[in-house]
Amino acid sequence: MDDIGAFLVAYQTTIGTIGINALLALSVWLTLYTGQLTLGNAAFAGIAAYSSALLTLKAGLPFPLALAAGAMLAAAVSVPLGATVFRLRGVYLAIATLAFGEVVRVAILAIPITGRGQGLVGIPPKTELWHVFASLVVIAYVCARLRSSSVGRAWAAIREDEVAAASQGIPVRRYQLVAFVLGALIAGWAGGLAAHFDYAIQPDEFGFARAVQILVFAVVGGIPNVFGPILGALLFTALPAILQPLQEYRDIFQGAILVLVIVFLPRGLVTVFELRRTARLRTMGAEDVA
Amino acid sequence: MADQIYNAIFIGSIYALFALGFTLVFSVLDILNLAHPALFTLGAFTALFAMQQGVPAALAVVVAFVVCGIAGVALDRVAFAPLRARGAPPLSAMISSIGVALIITRLIQFAYGPDFQSYPAGSLPAAVYSLAGVELDTLRSVIIACAIGLMLALTYLVRRTRLGRELRALAENPRAARLLGIDVDRAIAATFFLSAGLGGVAGVLYGFATNSPFSQMGLAFELKAFAVMIVGGMGSIPGAVLGAYLLAFGEIASLAVLPSELRDAFAYGLLFIVLLVRPAGVLGRRPPDRV
Repeated sequence: MDDIGAFLVAYQTTIGTIGINALLALSVWLTLYTGQLTLGNAAFAGIAAYSSALLTLKAGLPFPLALAAGAMLAAAVSVPLGATVFRLRGVYLAIATLAFGEVVRVAILAIPITGRGQGLVGIPPKTELWHVFASLVVIAYVCARLRSSSVGRAWAAIREDEVAAASQGIPVRRYQLVAFVLGALIAGWAGGLAAHFDYAIQPDEFGFARAVQILVFAVVGGIPNVFGPILGALLFTALPAILQPLQEYRDIFQGAILVLVIVFLPRGLVTVFELRRTARLRTMGAEDVA
Repeated sequence: MADQIYNAIFIGSIYALFALGFTLVFSVLDILNLAHPALFTLGAFTALFAMQQGVPAALAVVVAFVVCGIAGVALDRVAFAPLRARGAPPLSAMISSIGVALIITRLIQFAYGPDFQSYPAGSLPAAVYSLAGVELDTLRSVIIACAIGLMLALTYLVRRTRLGRELRALAENPRAARLLGIDVDRAIAATFFLSAGLGGVAGVLYGFATNSPFSQMGLAFELKAFAVMIVGGMGSIPGAVLGAYLLAFGEIASLAVLPSELRDAFAYGLLFIVLLVRPAGVLGRRPPDRV
């Protein structure tokens, strides 16, 4: 038991970051699952991180309230944004959401109360590891349930063929918007947790590089189910810590993994487990017949 | 005032060269190659390496073009060709190009470290001349001329040559292009060679002008290139050039009214508005995918 305790203390930052990254990966998974690529989730996390941190730091609001307020604000911003940008498709949608993200980053740099380029420091460290992982369990469960509900089936139908889905009476834009706003809410929650986990936040933490990183977690992990994004976040957050002695080669490993997974496991790392299960089923089937 | 116009023409030329390579791959293959900024950086460092061996600056630009072009073809073979063979969606290609970008950037850091470098002293022209009463530096004038020359050469190549016709056929319909006897693999290799070569030369020229190449120098251009391509029209070559100069002049003009830290907001604000009002861009011919 002491060993586990010591491990948690020693690797607290990495473990917490894994959880936060997994939440962010789930947030982008929602829109990916509907077949659309958006890159605004880092910005939603940023909006919530800054607003919740300012609420606890300057207004003295209790932590849970500030977290909820930050996430709600991110979701509130995502509604008009989603309503306008979901007229676009594919790479246009991705670039539009990316531009939104950069506008948010520049806005943070321009507003004096955010501490601008130096960042916001002295945020009360209220986030405990169990907050992160309880959130992850609840949110992953909700996402998994949504996936297998009628909403999830509508999302899958839209992803496979938008025209066919629309002709079946599925309100395509509305369902996509729901996924987008839910994603913003989750990203906001994760952003609030991150802000109170790190003492300090900086605008660059929520920029383009971060948006791409979140996307990588989800895509490399795999889109078919909710375990994919979590697995991707775990791998790409733990790897730098594990490879600490080989720090110089870290990017090379990460880059190579990225290329190899995309080339050889097109549907993501989770499919490794699926393949094994299918193989087992096949043997079982053969035995049954015999 | 004249100084600022000169500056806008210069930075617009670099934006244009960078975005042309980006847009070439996009128009032919529908791929956003996120390793393009890494190739830009590779160009600047290839020239640095060559010049440290005593190669003159003008020749170093050619060396960078060829080296980056070859790197671009290799990038395609490793990261894109296997995906193309299986008909993977464009998102997959984008992600695998991120992987290659990480590797290229790290290899550059192995060689030169993360800090700013500078080209050997005296290897770049430092002369200043005056034109109609305005003091202009020779270096940036040569860079502008070089960039515009490359833009014209690329336009000629795409519009008037056999290879250009093949590329346009491939962009229109890859299957039909193959049926018509076009060597698709060769045309794709040529696309990557040209795209990466142009990106590399953009890197060298920008590196020359600032004389401070560093391993992350391409990143700022990546986001600007999105703005350039969207404003001009995705996949349109004249659009990319027009978008580049529009953006450069807009940015310089915006400095007159906006504080300097908001300079970047102009590009992204413009990008966002164009996407909402006219997603096909100023010169785009194809409307974006819609149902």
